[in-house]
Amino acid sequence: MTDSLLPVDTYLVESLPEIWFGAVLFALGMYVVLDGFDFGIGILYATRTDEHERETFLSAFGPVWDANEVWLVAFGTMLLAAFPRVYSRLLADNYLVAIGVVLALVFRGLGPELREQRNDERWKRYTDYAFVGGSVFAPLLFGMLAGRWLFGEATLPVVLTGVGLVAVSVVTGAAFLAAKTEPGLASELRTYGIGATLAYLSGVIVLLGTVVLTDAGGAADTVLSLPVAAVVALSVAVGLIGSVLARRGQYRAWLASALALPTLLTILVAILLYPTIYPPTGLLVREVVVSPLALNLVTVLGFPVLLLVLWYFKFLYGVFSGPIEGEGYGG
Amino acid sequence: MGPIIPLNAVSPVWAASLSPKLASRMQFGWTISVHIIFASLSIGLAPFIIYFTWKDVRTSEQRYARLRSFWVKVFAAGFVMGTVTGIPMSFQFGTNFPQFAEVAGELIGGPLAFEAKMAFFLEAVFLGVLLYGRDRVEDRTYLISSVLVGFGAWLSGFWILIVNAWMQTPRGYEMVTRNGMEVAKLTDPFAAFLTPRMPWMYVHMMNASVISVALLVAGVSAYIVWKKPDTEAWNTALKMAVVLLIVSAPFQAVHGDAYGRHVEETQPQKFAAMEAHYETGQADLHLLAFPKSPEALTDPRAENLVTVSLPAVGSFLASGGDFDAEIIGLNEYDENPPVALVFWSFRFMVGLGFLFIGLALWGGYLMYRGRLSDNTRYLKAMIAASPLGYAALLTGWYVTEIGRQPWVIQDELRTSEAVSSTLTGTEATLTLVGFVVVYVGLVLTALYTLKWLIREELQLLGVRESSEGRWHGPLPGVSDDD
Repeated sequence: MTDSLLPVDTYLVESLPEIWFGAVLFALGMYVVLDGFDFGIGILYATRTDEHERETFLSAFGPVWDANEVWLVAFGTMLLAAFPRVYSRLLADNYLVAIGVVLALVFRGLGPELREQRNDERWKRYTDYAFVGGSVFAPLLFGMLAGRWLFGEATLPVVLTGVGLVAVSVVTGAAFLAAKTEPGLASELRTYGIGATLAYLSGVIVLLGTVVLTDAGGAADTVLSLPVAAVVALSVAVGLIGSVLARRGQYRAWLASALALPTLLTILVAILLYPTIYPPTGLLVREVVVSPLALNLVTVLGFPVLLLVLWYFKFLYGVFSGPIEGEGYGG
Repeated sequence: MGPIIPLNAVSPVWAASLSPKLASRMQFGWTISVHIIFASLSIGLAPFIIYFTWKDVRTSEQRYARLRSFWVKVFAAGFVMGTVTGIPMSFQFGTNFPQFAEVAGELIGGPLAFEAKMAFFLEAVFLGVLLYGRDRVEDRTYLISSVLVGFGAWLSGFWILIVNAWMQTPRGYEMVTRNGMEVAKLTDPFAAFLTPRMPWMYVHMMNASVISVALLVAGVSAYIVWKKPDTEAWNTALKMAVVLLIVSAPFQAVHGDAYGRHVEETQPQKFAAMEAHYETGQADLHLLAFPKSPEALTDPRAENLVTVSLPAVGSFLASGGDFDAEIIGLNEYDENPPVALVFWSFRFMVGLGFLFIGLALWGGYLMYRGRLSDNTRYLKAMIAASPLGYAALLTGWYVTEIGRQPWVIQDELRTSEAVSSTLTGTEATLTLVGFVVVYVGLVLTALYTLKWLIREELQLLGVRESSEGRWHGPLPGVSDDD
């Protein structure tokens, strides 16, 4: 019955495995960009002591974080659907880091939800710890998981990847908040944003330098290639331009350039992975991809839905565009 | 000279880590048990939320706005808990059961990815609108958002049960060798997605979620009505919940009976464990069973129990009418599931199911007599019954999942072979402890949240916090929520 509908022995298009490699990385990029600024909000939240400002941060975070977090599930399940071996090995080989990510996400998600349930100073303090702690550890550990994916067990590159993801999250979080809040608060946020941008850029350069020197994960040659140099140069340019825009108070333009940083980071990850898909194991995209029928099926059913999902996000961010209104969390 | 402290004495402490296999199974069982409560809360609450939002938008009556606002808060808290407990579920396929993820990847990866893309995004995006967008979107968009959130919840159940049903009655694949490992290759998507089990499971689970939430709503409403009998909003909610229960509880029994016959045909070993049927042949039906001693709880062989059994009725029910039908017994298999857990879980679930029918009929009778809200005994019974839907739902899942053991994919892959070979007992035990601690905290905060919401509601209704017991004295002429 299916023979007539979908090819069983050949991929719909010859390069479908590579397209799926791109699709999986696209979902990862969406996660890193969108939940990244949620993490940034959570980290910058720690710098606020004023209740009004904290409530403002939570109002910016509330309507969107849950939808943003679903991109992690989309990334994981798409990886499982197309490259099951990579999904299993990546998570099983890095057991404690992976479980650490999900536990950090539990705290990050529950903190603000529970905070609103009670008017009690001590309760608020504990739920704030959960929110801030989760927002720091989730990107740190998720970045470390990505580091293990790229570089295997080399400690320094792995830790630097984690720290880099934290730093870039602070950049996007600061820019997102600055674009949506009043000027006084925005100018404080840009100081953190610019600092984090410089930290991020130097972190990336130190990381890649370390990889070249130690050949972590056998990635030294790839790092010295032209595409990597181009992405790094572009990141530096975008980061510096963004900092200038922030200084001038052009926060919407700063936000646009800030969001380009995690996007470029994801492209960097893609370059470092391909044509393998789990460099420390040497597994190639073509070796571990599922059979043609299975991949054709998830393509035909899944890609139109992916477009629909992008439309949902356009709608969601449209509804909640503009300055943050009201205060607090909860319906 | 030996060590000063005898090592034997402390070794149980140092060697307390469980085997990776046992710890992984306990961890998955524990995390899914907590997750399933919140997932089914979303599914069961969806019809309530849509109805209240619709009535609120259409009639602008105060009571519906109140009920919507209260239950959307519960829904939101439940949804957040469902999200944060759901992500560990999909991770654990990789962290703890990577062989399962790899063997079944082609079959389960697609449905899981569809669940994320079609259902989770729908729920999460439009819940954002439902919670924060009342003043930012038009009424119609707001109502549509509530429908989409509910639809997303029911759709996520559809995709995840496609995966689970495939594990019970796997079809539509062949085993091939890839990268030196035997894995399942998808050959027929229709057969693989629409397995014989799928429709049974979907109907049973969705209805179980509705029953559980109807009991929860009835319990909360009964409590508030007990405290403040003239509240129009909560009398409406109580009636709605009881009506829903009158429809769903008897249906579950009729459906469950047919579902049981389907299990006997497709998973005879599980059915034998449910009925503690040890020898192939005519099966009795153990209507009631009580353990004679504590040991009988772990050994459900009928000789250790006081049973009220109907001879041959087990055969009659399982075959759909034949008293002499031969039912396959546990003696046919080399390795059996933990029979006691399955046997007792099944009895617990069925017993509760009949209790729910009784409560529904009682409520129906009181409603017919127009005395639903002033029968204190009924209100108290409903308050006590409010968590029992979840107890039945969980034990039902224990029957399904523990009854499938030793298989993770029936007759294809053993659970013990699915567990990660690189995982150490220490790592697995550490994360198990972590999940137990965090999730106990999570369940407690969920319960506290519900308690705070109820207390806040009572304050809004003008019930003083100090007031103990039922409202007495003359009722005020106009209620606060009129």
